[in-house]
Amino acid sequence: MATSKPSAQRKRAKTNTGTSPGGSRSKEAIWELRLYVAGMTPTSVRAFDNLKRICETHLQGVYTIQVIDLVQQPALASGDQIIAVPTLVRHLPTPVKKIIGDLSNTERVLVGLDLRPAGTSGAVTR
Amino acid sequence: MPKHTALKFKRNPHLDLEEMVLEKVPTGISGLDQVMHGGFPRSRIALVCGGPGAGKTLFGLEFLLRGAEQFNEPGVCIAFEETAAEIITNMASLGHDLESLVREKKLAIDYVHVDRKQIEETGEYDLEPLLIRLRHAIDRLKAKRVLIDTLEVLFSGLKDEGVVRSELSRIFRWLKNAGVTSVITAETGGNALTRYGLEEYVADCVIVLDHRVTEQVSTRRLRVVKYRGSSHETNEYPFLLTENGISVIPITSIGLTHSALTERVSSGVETLDAMMSGTGFFRGSSILVTGSAGTGKSSFGAAFIDAACSRGERTLYFAFEESPSQILRNMGSIGINLNRWLKRGLLKIHAARPTSTGLEAHLAIMHREIEEFSPQVVVIDPITNLVSVGDMGSVKAMLTRLIDYLKLRGITAMFTNLAVVQEVEETAVGISSLMDTWLVLKSTAHGAETVRTVNLLKSRGMAHDTGQHTFILSDKGIVIHGNEQTISATQAR
Repeated sequence: MATSKPSAQRKRAKTNTGTSPGGSRSKEAIWELRLYVAGMTPTSVRAFDNLKRICETHLQGVYTIQVIDLVQQPALASGDQIIAVPTLVRHLPTPVKKIIGDLSNTERVLVGLDLRPAGTSGAVTR
Repeated sequence: MPKHTALKFKRNPHLDLEEMVLEKVPTGISGLDQVMHGGFPRSRIALVCGGPGAGKTLFGLEFLLRGAEQFNEPGVCIAFEETAAEIITNMASLGHDLESLVREKKLAIDYVHVDRKQIEETGEYDLEPLLIRLRHAIDRLKAKRVLIDTLEVLFSGLKDEGVVRSELSRIFRWLKNAGVTSVITAETGGNALTRYGLEEYVADCVIVLDHRVTEQVSTRRLRVVKYRGSSHETNEYPFLLTENGISVIPITSIGLTHSALTERVSSGVETLDAMMSGTGFFRGSSILVTGSAGTGKSSFGAAFIDAACSRGERTLYFAFEESPSQILRNMGSIGINLNRWLKRGLLKIHAARPTSTGLEAHLAIMHREIEEFSPQVVVIDPITNLVSVGDMGSVKAMLTRLIDYLKLRGITAMFTNLAVVQEVEETAVGISSLMDTWLVLKSTAHGAETVRTVNLLKSRGMAHDTGQHTFILSDKGIVIHGNEQTISATQAR
């Protein structure tokens, strides 16, 4: 269960702003991701690590991750209609997508982010 | 629950019985606090369940609204089904100004949108954000009341029912410890009280709302199914959604606890008073006037009203047959000027078609009118027409409740009832036992003339004349003749 102990280290941690076009990704595609957590619980940390790994593999150089700790910024929960943590919100590209859970199932995350159509495995599609 | 109590005991080993008595939070909803013997349990959770359109949301919102307006207890609404704007608009159409309450920080509405299509689930999660949002809103307003409407959306929005269930019980535990009094709404379904069995988690207080249509007439009802640690009324009570909010009619057959008054009040017909040891009806008694069409029932009612208003008493006239202006004209023709009492505010006429609403709603409306006008005398003319919207059983139940209520308030009430000659006793038999005094009016043909007769069939607790007397409706009101004049009376016209 999430505790309310503040731990500011990862709050709004900006990671790897897209400076160089990465691999097969098109240049204009900037991925704006937000990860909502409630305190730095093991689940939160796991979700962040999973997300980071997936982004590094599939979106290298074209993504931003903003981590929002709702314990510290409770008012932000209503904006993105967050009901569960962790929740990953893909703000860009549109449409907005939400994935809740610790993102441990990479396949599902990729499908949820539209990085891979459901049922296929292999080539990254847009 | 036991866990909660155990904890309390640990903290307070010397807790005496008085402190343990459940504290209640008045809802402010008219009639509901009476039914619940005080209100909702403080710092606990009440479950309000019902089918679609039963009025659950409105119920919860009124709890918040009254809290903010009347008891200085700010409220938080977590809305899963409607946006804040929608709620504000809906309530505005019922005459409630939520917007200014929001502005004054007495009310907060947080709309929680759950859309399954938008949500992918992978791995572990919990619903801490709901708690965070709740806590944030409560802290911001220093709220004392919470409405969650309707949590079940979570069940359809999220796939992992196990997580939802364990998180809900965590949220409920948290609410109880947060010092807020909460109302949770849920939809009825299946064999259980609620579709997802929320009653398992919220065991303190359960209220079921119902919206039934019988013979094309709809009635809303409410019942307190469960109230742990408190007494409560167990019957089903009708309630109304009015321009003043929800109004529950707590009238029940409270039993025969009313005190009998010995004061007598005039019937408005001197000669009728004479038949009752010269003094008239007992105050607070119920009087039934039956008779076939055209026997003068309404005239007796009008005479009674006139007498009451002359004494300076407030009188409420429920007219289910005629419009106010028609009544005034007709009664003017027998020398009874009711208009002056209307002008002086002593008389109020409530005219409605019996079929306009259901029986329970009539009762509810009558109850509300009586509460508002606080009359000493009530005339219902006629109750026959109410019988047409309900079966005899429910009419009797309703009248019993109404009469008990009137007696408790010490109101003298006259009911007229249309009876076909042969059936006089039959139709009235169901209700006559509730009445203290029963006047039977008849009209019989004597040659070319029709003669009206009145008979005081019963009058509890007093010596009374039992003869059949003729009477006439003259331009000076009702005049009853003595026994000896029975036949020759017609000549007096």
